[in-house]
Amino acid sequence: MKTTFSRLKPSARTLAIVPPYAWLVAFLLVPFLLVLKISFADLQFGIPPYTPLIHLEDGIAKLDLHWRGYQMLFSDSLYLATYLNSLKMAAVTTAWCILIGYPVAYYVARSSPGTRNVLLLGVILPFWTSQLLRVYAWVGILRNDGLLNQLLMTLGLTHTPVEIYRTDLAVYIGMIYAYLPFFILPLYANLVKMDLRLLEAAYDLGARPWSAFWRITVPLSMPGVISGAMLVFIPCVGEYVIPEMLGGANTLMMGRVMWNEFFNNADWPMASAVTIVMVLLLLVPLALFQYYQVRNQEREAGR
Amino acid sequence: MSSPSLGADEFVKVEEVVKIFGDTVAVSSVDLSVARNEIFALLGSSGSGKSTLLRMLAGFERPTSGRILLDGEDITDVPPYRRPVNMMFQSYALFPHMTVEANVAFGLKQEGVPKAEIHDRVYEALALVQMAAYTRRKPHQLSGGQQQRVALARSLVKRPKLLLLDEPMSALDKQIRQKTQIELVKIIEQVGVTCILVTHDQEEAMTMAQRLAVMTEGQIVQCGTPQDVYNFPNSRFVAGFIGTTNLFEGAIVVDEPDHVAIESGDLSRRLYVSHGVSEPLGMQVAVSIRPERVVVARERPGADFNWSHGMVSHMAWMGGYALYQVRLDSGKMVEASVPSLLLSRMDAPGIGDEAYVSWDADSATVLAA
Repeated sequence: MKTTFSRLKPSARTLAIVPPYAWLVAFLLVPFLLVLKISFADLQFGIPPYTPLIHLEDGIAKLDLHWRGYQMLFSDSLYLATYLNSLKMAAVTTAWCILIGYPVAYYVARSSPGTRNVLLLGVILPFWTSQLLRVYAWVGILRNDGLLNQLLMTLGLTHTPVEIYRTDLAVYIGMIYAYLPFFILPLYANLVKMDLRLLEAAYDLGARPWSAFWRITVPLSMPGVISGAMLVFIPCVGEYVIPEMLGGANTLMMGRVMWNEFFNNADWPMASAVTIVMVLLLLVPLALFQYYQVRNQEREAGR
Repeated sequence: MSSPSLGADEFVKVEEVVKIFGDTVAVSSVDLSVARNEIFALLGSSGSGKSTLLRMLAGFERPTSGRILLDGEDITDVPPYRRPVNMMFQSYALFPHMTVEANVAFGLKQEGVPKAEIHDRVYEALALVQMAAYTRRKPHQLSGGQQQRVALARSLVKRPKLLLLDEPMSALDKQIRQKTQIELVKIIEQVGVTCILVTHDQEEAMTMAQRLAVMTEGQIVQCGTPQDVYNFPNSRFVAGFIGTTNLFEGAIVVDEPDHVAIESGDLSRRLYVSHGVSEPLGMQVAVSIRPERVVVARERPGADFNWSHGMVSHMAWMGGYALYQVRLDSGKMVEASVPSLLLSRMDAPGIGDEAYVSWDADSATVLAA
């Protein structure tokens, strides 16, 4: 009696893992499947503005798959160019975040504990203002009659305004600015944990500070660099707000294409196809990376 | 490169070295000489300044004042990466992302040694510590003892003039410590390197070192061979720090060149010490008597001095010996360790029995400090 009952009752362990799984299913898997479904539909007038996937015909359920979205994606070279440009812009942003963020994270991690908290606060502080407002501020700075150009012209460095606003450069500036903290924080968490005796051991064995940095600190901080880079790269590929507000008409990025398909063209199936391909484009390399990393760790542990 | 040695006894010379951090004096005016190929121990509890002194020898800290000479060369201001000194760190500090081979090769690569020579010397060093079969492992795949041997190989492979060991046994299980201490000494002697080790464990210092220095509050209070320091401690602190001891406070009542007598309220009879002291008559001193020098018996000793009456309050069987705690009539507790062999031959008093503790006149050491 008791055993049957306790078998039916979920264990505490099961209960503990239900909420995160429920969250993932409700807010990640279900929406993804919905988008996947729409991507195989065709346009139609009405609400919703796409054809149903399954329809009854003489009492028999028929599956109606449409490939129009995907066909257009691969036939129109504009889409391919947009994908490549999104990846390129995300990659360049990530590279700059590494170049700027590494010294910052290193400096914060090596400061005294008191200074460290103040500096960390400085990194986190911009989050207290909405991202939208912060990007608007960049509009004010970068515009032709903006603060930057006023400064340059007052100083006499240039007579005609430097055109940054509505160019790719403005998008880079905005994205690096917006995503830098996402790179700094995980790297800081990694660097601050590092055992500094390892550096002393390196000096003791004849390594000059610079050599010790390259051969000890950098390799040991790679997990922090990788997780920070992921946190920058992935959202940058699909970024919409920054290219929309700072970029020019020819700044091609996936986020803008999706927005256009959904809201300007009201072509939900097309927008969904764009989304699905982007997710696959990001997910597959990530999954492979994860797989090899886990396998390497297992191989090392098993040796 | 180096100027001629100042003498075999002064291979490492620390001259009036002071280290001040903020307003704390970590090391205050230490003088020290270590001979070539000697194994020397700095012994002290945490905060005694021994680690700071070691870090100054390694070059991680710069002395506030004073000089450090190695083989006649002033290395006080030489950065750690240019000193012919290598250190085996406490908990080893092996590079976790490198294999055993790469860890040991690291120092040679920094020196720019040719590849083929690196390979040979790494293999030689790993063979010396019997770790040649583990070259491809990562540190986390090794046991504590194996990690220690790799760390030793890494600090020996550059053939340093001075090897520093920072608490070498602290990360090992107690059971394997003593065996490892002896192995370590054998390897160091085989290589023929001058070695300074830091430890808080007096047994470790006595097992490994040829000479040791006891440090407290940033100063060296006594320096000598383990036997000298154990048998002739120069202060209450050293007597208590090196092994356990019984201390009796009293005043000098007879002061002759070849003996002194001391009146102590703790004991039934006067203390008689068979050597002269430099302290004047009437001075308050402490007398140290090691537990293994104390005899416990049921019979009252015949002599007029160096014994006291009491009651056995505790007795612990330790295997090779028995540890007695005897409460004297004055309330003072005296510890005595009696060898098991002796215990079985005599009518040993048990807990609660009346007993007499006594010792020979040459067993006591008079301590003024």
